[in-house]
Amino acid sequence: MARAALPGRLSWLPARIAAVRRETARARTLVLDVERWPGHRAGQHVDVRLTAADGYQAQRSYSIASAPGTPLEITVERLSDGELSSWLVDEARPGDVLDLRGPIGGYFVWDSASGGPLLLVAGGSGVVPLMSIERNRRLAAPAIASTLLLSARAPEDVLYAAELDGATLTYTRRAPAGWTGYDRRIDAAMLTQVAPPPEARPRCFVCGPTAFVERISQDLVDLGHDSALVKTERFGATG
Amino acid sequence: MPSISRGFRRRDRGGDPSRLPPGQHLESGFPVLSAGPTPRVSTAEWSFAIKGALDAPRRWSWDELRALEPDAIRCDIHCVTAWSKLDTEWDGISLDVLLDGVETDAAFVTAWCDGGYTTNLPLEDITGGNAWLAWGYDGRPLAPEHGGPVRLLVPHLYFWKSAKWVRGLALRADDQPGFWEELGYHDRGDPWREQRYQGD
Repeated sequence: MARAALPGRLSWLPARIAAVRRETARARTLVLDVERWPGHRAGQHVDVRLTAADGYQAQRSYSIASAPGTPLEITVERLSDGELSSWLVDEARPGDVLDLRGPIGGYFVWDSASGGPLLLVAGGSGVVPLMSIERNRRLAAPAIASTLLLSARAPEDVLYAAELDGATLTYTRRAPAGWTGYDRRIDAAMLTQVAPPPEARPRCFVCGPTAFVERISQDLVDLGHDSALVKTERFGATG
Repeated sequence: MPSISRGFRRRDRGGDPSRLPPGQHLESGFPVLSAGPTPRVSTAEWSFAIKGALDAPRRWSWDELRALEPDAIRCDIHCVTAWSKLDTEWDGISLDVLLDGVETDAAFVTAWCDGGYTTNLPLEDITGGNAWLAWGYDGRPLAPEHGGPVRLLVPHLYFWKSAKWVRGLALRADDQPGFWEELGYHDRGDPWREQRYQGD
């Protein structure tokens, strides 16, 4: 079998931070200018490398938040003691430079040819690659139905709040005053109420911390969803 | 020329930097990366097979595998997402034991797994004391999200080669890309040569 898309050598590309958007107290979206950026598919990530003045280098993977065909954006949440995330969230300003390579990942991806309906389930900052998918759907295939289910600890942790019309939110620690929606961890009962039934064969994308993804993907399979349609991405807290 | 990121500097994370391959950082937890739901596998139905280009296929049930003299393995592991974890401790069996006496012209293997995952490796990377089947981690049975009941353990290569939920090896003459390799990851994946992606 031929390789699906042999990318050739993935070179480090210089990137200039064109803009910084505050998403939450701990998260920023960086808009990146990259010459010769080859474009990406919704759901892919990039490797980011930072170089210190003394030559020290460190790299991490970050999900792409923007839709294909729009400016490249990543959203980064600061981890405690996060070497790269602290710089990207607290220090980075327009005009600063970094290196990246990508796009990377060809499995946790969706485009309009992948079809629908879509079920996107996110825990915390796991919403980032799912927002790339949802933004792509809104631009490229608005007729495809999508269900976005987000779990957040508290209102101030919610990313992309202005774009979540129609999404279902659940707050696991503290809900806003007067909240009448879900206020518990996502479980099988909630998935049954919110998600398309297994017979609709939704393309399921689950992203969040390991325990979250383990639980949700297992619930989906137990509810009768085809495990081949359940794609997962897990956020290890690795700086 | 790398771009210098204004104001970025090293944070001392402890540990011995000489044990970290290029581009890696230390991780104290044990992150999980998998492409889909964790398969649930009963050891009663589990078996491990070696097939393909060899004189006679071999197969072990769970009980047969566990009856072999186990190794205690202590090793550093390196994930392509740039974390490394030092001094991890595993229980398992060397693949040298399972491949002992095999007659083959094969130069490569494809590991296959419950859940449909595959990965390709040069045969010489899984022989000579380099690779194990592991069923224990940190003194306990290997948890399903980490690949239990049994995963491949090839610690000198990036950890996606240490296939979770492994069920067998196919010996072959040619190098056939596996799941991630088909999607652009390196066919060998040596962390010390930073072979993350095809062409590295």
